[in-house]
Amino acid sequence: MDTVLRFLTCGSVDDGKSTLIGRLLYDSRALLVDTLEGIERTSRRRGATAPDLSLVTDGLIAEREQGITIDVAYRYFRSGARTFIIADAPGHEQYTRNMVTAASTAQLAVLLVDVRQGLTAQTQRHALLADLVGIPALTIAVNKMDLVDYDPAAFEAVVYAFEDFAEASGLRARRHYIPMSALLGDMVVERGEHLPWYLGPTLLEVLERTPAGQGVSDHPFRFPVQWVCRPREATDPLLHDYRGLAGQVAAGTIAVGEEIVVLPSGRRSTVTAIELGGVPRERAVAGDSVMIRLADDLDVGRGEMLVRADQSAPALTRGVEADLVWLDPAPLAPRRTYLLRHTTREVQARVETIEWNLDVATLEREPAHELTMNDIARVRVKLAQPIAADPYEVLRDTGSFLLIDPATWDTVAAGMIRGTQ
Amino acid sequence: MIAPRTHLDRLEAEAIHILREVAGQCQNPALLFSGGKDSVCLLRLAEKAFRPGRFPFPLLHIDTGHNYPEVIAFRDRRAAELGERLIVRSVEDSIARGTVRLARPDESRNRHQSVTLREAIEEFGFDCLIGGARRDEEKARAKERVFSVRDEFGQWDPKNQRPELWRLYNAKVPAGGHVRAFPISDWTELDVWQYIAREGLELPSIYFAHPRPCVRRGGLLAPVTELTPAREGETVETLWVRFRTVGDIPCTAPVESRARTIEEILRETAATTVSERGATRLDDQTHEAAMEQRKREGYF
Repeated sequence: MDTVLRFLTCGSVDDGKSTLIGRLLYDSRALLVDTLEGIERTSRRRGATAPDLSLVTDGLIAEREQGITIDVAYRYFRSGARTFIIADAPGHEQYTRNMVTAASTAQLAVLLVDVRQGLTAQTQRHALLADLVGIPALTIAVNKMDLVDYDPAAFEAVVYAFEDFAEASGLRARRHYIPMSALLGDMVVERGEHLPWYLGPTLLEVLERTPAGQGVSDHPFRFPVQWVCRPREATDPLLHDYRGLAGQVAAGTIAVGEEIVVLPSGRRSTVTAIELGGVPRERAVAGDSVMIRLADDLDVGRGEMLVRADQSAPALTRGVEADLVWLDPAPLAPRRTYLLRHTTREVQARVETIEWNLDVATLEREPAHELTMNDIARVRVKLAQPIAADPYEVLRDTGSFLLIDPATWDTVAAGMIRGTQ
Repeated sequence: MIAPRTHLDRLEAEAIHILREVAGQCQNPALLFSGGKDSVCLLRLAEKAFRPGRFPFPLLHIDTGHNYPEVIAFRDRRAAELGERLIVRSVEDSIARGTVRLARPDESRNRHQSVTLREAIEEFGFDCLIGGARRDEEKARAKERVFSVRDEFGQWDPKNQRPELWRLYNAKVPAGGHVRAFPISDWTELDVWQYIAREGLELPSIYFAHPRPCVRRGGLLAPVTELTPAREGETVETLWVRFRTVGDIPCTAPVESRARTIEEILRETAATTVSERGATRLDDQTHEAAMEQRKREGYF
């Protein structure tokens, strides 16, 4: 059975993320000959003696000019039966929004720490963001061990500092520490010969053993409607009355014959057919994209949600308490009305209260009247119409939302629902 | 018992989700269909997303006038079989209008497609274009969002992309601009071939090994056609080749291969050591950032 692991690499700028990914791809033989030749050519031109593996991911002109990573680069490789999707996130604070983009779909984060620098404010910010979006596993890659003569004490110092920080900030993710040199390849794919005192797994071994993301089939059924299929073919009487509700099962399972409730209207009906591309199937599980037909000709549209009548329903609410990451250069204007996007539903919303704004360096929760880019805050949001929400830690698909600026249509904030009121 | 979902099942379900987000959020989208293997996959995904209904968008092809006739015939036949509307706009027409000017008559028209595409967007008022680009193809593409915002000149601003979290795709179109959607962003070349095999999808014949007159040029094979004759001093050889990607004749190179079935291609793809673009694109090697430059100008 093949599995997919989506993981994120993050950490401060210059801690060696791009080099690590280059090393991972190089040593697992995922780099193709022409890519490698291109890297060797560029490295030589710049006067380097060995291929600069960081060139594998720095794909934009501005990135190469500045020698930094600006936006998430996605890379793909296979090892054994597993496919890996790497999201290489930028380290610069001004590009935190790109890091959050990468983190939101990852099942593991590899957090790079330069053993000589220890924890920086940006390391802590990335750890907090990874935890905030609920990444269950965190691998702290203590990098550049070659520059401290592979000294175990230097590694230990980072481990202790990070554990202190994790305790103070209440990090929930499982943590794993690996000393390594991405530059020379120690403990990435190969063990190397410089770290005999480290007995734990290499990075690739950790990646291979981490549980991959599976659909949440054991949660009550949730089906946000994306689109309604109404062919209205005059020539085909069977299609004339056809009404298919298209969507992707966010959680749980559904079978033909089961009773459903439409939210927020509360109307009930029975599932008469589950189809994909016109081909019927008996049931659908979390992650499946299908079309569902109901016994009654209910006027259901995009933005509504089907749940099962025999299972617990999400909270139907006009107010949420949420952790908000502000992603836009323009600050949050508390009086302004934004568009809140939750599943396939869009409602007008206003941030009523900022309960606190987290100081990433001190971990203090401070009062605030506005939020600026990269702030992490707890807020209360008031909605013009109800949404059907679950807590984020229970179900990401129905516990997350975006705020969209109606003037620019840009995504300005990401929210994780912690409570409903 | 529910059969466990495979990697391909998951990729398919995600791609269908993305196509339906386009249908749910955009007023006037179009799907770019070239007859190439990636867009053949898109059509199957659209069938799964929208049948028994019609596609909620027309198919659009920007024809450089330098495509292989087998591919154009396949394009027309496939659109007719599906009963979907196909719009073709041609670089030739842009040349006639004077909006495209060629430096040499035989130059690659690949980058000029951007102009014709922009003209088609204006003509029809499209607010979203669905394309089959994949992130594993090239470094700049590796950085592009699934829903990618373009300004009124069709330009991509890689330093200012929208945050894109979870499965919450924001397809809202800024004034004067449009959005491009890439449902198979996370697919690799191998995934595409596996999907074609699993679904039994038909492809233009030039994807399979056939004898073709070629010359060796800059480490690649260049097909010898009326449009692209051999240069002085070059030796024309008839070789068994297949195309890994199909596009504008002057810039698409075949690879040597004896693979005449999908299964044989799958075996070769799994064992390949050269990337799809590296092996086949005569225009990407000019400089490192060739693709980003074209994308900024509105290239797909």
